[in-house]
Amino acid sequence: MLILHCPYCGVDADETELAPGGEAHLKRAGPDSSDEEFHDYLFARENPRGVHFERWRHAAGCGKWFHAARDTATLEVFGTYPAQTTEPPREIRARISVRRPGWTWREFS
Amino acid sequence: MPLLLVMSQLRHIAAERDTAQRREARISGLVWNGSDSPMKRYSAFAVVREALRWHSGWERAWKSPEPKRYYDVIIIGAGGHGLATAYYLGRNFGITNVAVLEKGWLGGGNTGRNTTIIRSNYLQDPSAAIYEKARALYEDLSQELNYNVMFSPRGVMMLAQTHHEMRGYQRTAHANALQGVKTEWISPQRVKELVPIINIDGPRYPVLGALWQERGGTARHDAVAWGYARACSGMGIDIIQKCEVTAIRTENGKVTGVDTTKGAIDCNKLGIVVAGHSGVLANMAGFRLPIESVALQALVSEPIKPCMDVVVMANTVHGYMSQSDKGEMVIGGGADGFNNYTQRGSFHHIEETVRALIETFPMLSRLKMLRQWGGIVDMTGDRSPILSKTPVENIFINCGWGTGGFKSIPGSGWGFAELMATGQSSLCAAFSLDRFKEGRFIDESVAAGVAH
Repeated sequence: MLILHCPYCGVDADETELAPGGEAHLKRAGPDSSDEEFHDYLFARENPRGVHFERWRHAAGCGKWFHAARDTATLEVFGTYPAQTTEPPREIRARISVRRPGWTWREFS
Repeated sequence: MPLLLVMSQLRHIAAERDTAQRREARISGLVWNGSDSPMKRYSAFAVVREALRWHSGWERAWKSPEPKRYYDVIIIGAGGHGLATAYYLGRNFGITNVAVLEKGWLGGGNTGRNTTIIRSNYLQDPSAAIYEKARALYEDLSQELNYNVMFSPRGVMMLAQTHHEMRGYQRTAHANALQGVKTEWISPQRVKELVPIINIDGPRYPVLGALWQERGGTARHDAVAWGYARACSGMGIDIIQKCEVTAIRTENGKVTGVDTTKGAIDCNKLGIVVAGHSGVLANMAGFRLPIESVALQALVSEPIKPCMDVVVMANTVHGYMSQSDKGEMVIGGGADGFNNYTQRGSFHHIEETVRALIETFPMLSRLKMLRQWGGIVDMTGDRSPILSKTPVENIFINCGWGTGGFKSIPGSGWGFAELMATGQSSLCAAFSLDRFKEGRFIDESVAAGVAH
């Protein structure tokens, strides 16, 4: 069972306490956006086999949204971090680099 | 002495029949293995013949050749959909310079991991068309392939356990009537007659009726892959296992070939038919897909005496069940909600599925569960598949079947082969990749509301 550390209430929460919220750090397309941008925002997903960043909600706990960095091929959790950021924090990326040298995700590495 | 005489007589007849069948096979071209000796046909007679000569004459069902340097068409993925595509390319369009590449073993992905349900009671017209085409092809697939796929049209019912679901299925029944798909709405009493082990009273999940498709059912999933593989091999199509594609080569926006663990192979056209790993392959080819890969799991109980001779789907509680010919209760559950490539799902989904099913089937509470496994399903935003050209010329993709791919294997192969051979297919037209940008969704997530 997946166990994620909630960065708000500090609980190591079981998967049954959590609600998955899909890919992290999506930039919302505004009214001026092209069809292409709307399509990418709504449907195109990284869906990587490896390092991935996701949104999760501590649904049956403190109720807050947070981010998690995981490996989708091994289910290893690299770390969790608060929702108030538009990109993966440096220390999480450094932690992933130790475990997965040469990893990339979108423009991050 | 008389016994020996009879045996020698039988062998003589066997030899004659054998020659006749070879001639027939040569004429029909259906089971042609590309060499001078056509693939032997399976028949009751062949069983007797082999019994008389210590089973020394059986051949490998399909060959395992080394890859050639060039193929007209390469299909990546030797699951049901990939093999069916290759088969119909040969059968319907005479294209047999084809290789089917498989990184693992044949049919070892979702083809061997599903719950084998076949039905076509979909709401939207394009879905009904392709799933009903598939179901219709399943009807005589064993004869077509000369391989017993054990298609068992035992009937599929989808239980309505809420009023919302009831209205939904009644609507589907009307839609199916217009589409020419034979389904009907049946009462709780009829459900109880068809499935005596069911508890229709509730209180939490009362059975309010069901959508019943009499000619839906199950088939032996491995046999579907094996049967197509054997028929492909018989036409001279190369099936290459343990051959992982590591890169896709393109030139001026057009595909030129693939790099594999068995070396570089050139091709004119490339079909990507890899289900859960579609995103990985699309990434190699340089485009993104509106797909997310998640784990879906199933489990079987210990084998018991026959107790349920139809397929029951209970979508409100995310469970579906049938009894295999071995007697195991085959149970499928819901998909995980997060990206996952591990072919194993979250344990609590099993608990949820079984807990809910026990209310509808109380006798399940006494059963031990034997095995549990997972597969990686490729989910699109509208829960409908993608059979389409791609941004790279001559690369075609068949993916996004999500939780409902097995039932569609023959229809998907039929349509996708047409698309690859001629550039268009009426079965596939609605399932193109650009439908998401254009907002032409084929929304089956609302219609089914569950893994299927």
